[in-house]
Amino acid sequence: MAHRVVILGGGTGGTLTANRLRKRFDRDEMTITVVDHDDRHVYQPGLLFVPFGLSAVEDIVRPRHRQLRGGVDFRQSGIDRVSIADNEVRLSDGSTLGYDVLVVATGAVLVPEETEGLVGPGWMEKVFTFYSPEGATALQGALRDIEGGRIVVNVVDMPIKCPVAPLEFCFLADWHFHERGIRDRVELTYVTPLDGAFTKPVASAELAGMLAAKGINLVTDFNTGEVDGAGGRLVSYDEREVPFDLAVVVPLHGGAPYVARSPGLGDDLGFVPTDEHTMQSKAAPNVFVIGDAANVPASKAGSVTHFEGETVVENIVRFVSGEPLEASFDGHASCFIETGFHKAMLIDFNYDTEPLTGRYPAGIGLPLLKESRLNHLGKLLFEPLYWHSLLPGSDLPGIGALMPTAGKHLPAKED
Amino acid sequence: MSTTTIAAIEVELTDDGFLVRPEQWTEDMAPELAMREGIDELTPAHWTVLRYMRSEFFDKGTGPTVRMLGKTSGVSVKELYQLFPKGPAKVAARIAGIPKPRGCI
Repeated sequence: MAHRVVILGGGTGGTLTANRLRKRFDRDEMTITVVDHDDRHVYQPGLLFVPFGLSAVEDIVRPRHRQLRGGVDFRQSGIDRVSIADNEVRLSDGSTLGYDVLVVATGAVLVPEETEGLVGPGWMEKVFTFYSPEGATALQGALRDIEGGRIVVNVVDMPIKCPVAPLEFCFLADWHFHERGIRDRVELTYVTPLDGAFTKPVASAELAGMLAAKGINLVTDFNTGEVDGAGGRLVSYDEREVPFDLAVVVPLHGGAPYVARSPGLGDDLGFVPTDEHTMQSKAAPNVFVIGDAANVPASKAGSVTHFEGETVVENIVRFVSGEPLEASFDGHASCFIETGFHKAMLIDFNYDTEPLTGRYPAGIGLPLLKESRLNHLGKLLFEPLYWHSLLPGSDLPGIGALMPTAGKHLPAKED
Repeated sequence: MSTTTIAAIEVELTDDGFLVRPEQWTEDMAPELAMREGIDELTPAHWTVLRYMRSEFFDKGTGPTVRMLGKTSGVSVKELYQLFPKGPAKVAARIAGIPKPRGCI
């Protein structure tokens, strides 16, 4: 009998998993069903550019079902809950889907309502987020109209999708106001709960230097307790305040709501406890997790999801064949950081190695942790690769799942 | 990494002040570790948080973040900041003798 694979979520992880499995198994060996509540696949890295008029939402959204190979069933429905004990998913319309293998790929959702005041007065008027299509579009209007004042970019708390995106927003805003000739009338401030510009030391120092060079203020260790839209201020739990005329906030993130309704599946934030090397969930052996939905200590980013894909698919193959899983995922992440003025930086790291300087993927390659035009072109080129290579499940030329070290300036090993 | 004596036991601390070996920790160490964080007296509410941090760490392999603590410890985030003004998750982890919570990547 054919193995029944149900994949919850038709975003980056769900789509590439479905397509890679479809290439490995014929229909009489495996049925593959992808469930999602809508048919809009958003190229999320594109959201960053929308507020600056460099991209439009309709250009970065395509139908989910069109990204799936023939022979993958797409079911458009909300998810009520997963019953691990019964190997069954109950959909919002009351129908059920039985599975032999379940893949959780429903990502992370924004929960702005968990922060006091954030969705209160001023929301979508002077307090925005670019992490949703609606927010990014509304912010475009606000940025266009602004003639000066205090703009704050605030991360409420980790984890967030693409931890470099708010920094990129700062750099692009700096560029945007330069181009308009009003940079001197705009005060830009980056407000983060971290103790530096970024999570990892070498990159954090490098990025803090870039903020300073561009005249962007950095406020650290700021745990946002309240966003007072009417009064125009961020208030931290330890009672510090940062005033603003316009706030760009990255709200708290959680797992998809059905995770919390599914006994034994998720943690307190709705993410799914997952083995960080095999991508098998800790909830049940026949449940695998890919992408932002997993609680693994890697960045919530498309590149991570892409690299996890190889491990997830290989381990599903092994699981249905009764073979031991391979612990092959190393936490590899690779992120372009737009820095404005047609330039970008690239960082590449994994669980054990922080982002370092050097070149990627080897001695001759893109410069790491350093601004260059080449990296900006890389970021632009990535979008067609995303739709035409990554989602269909092809390997990207020269980019392997394991983090390369050949071109990196590694620190001397301590004994 | 540095070596120091706390409650008459020699322990190793990381550069940012976390105990290297959580199993070395005893309740006697907590008041002294708290003093280093500027907390003169550990109240029952402090102890609720410290014990919860340790049980979560030994259960899950990492201490909870502030947001997790607010959701699950029974102490609200506001109160957590009153108890540990310089940042509940990190400060409480240092006093509870567990590594830096790795919530933020």
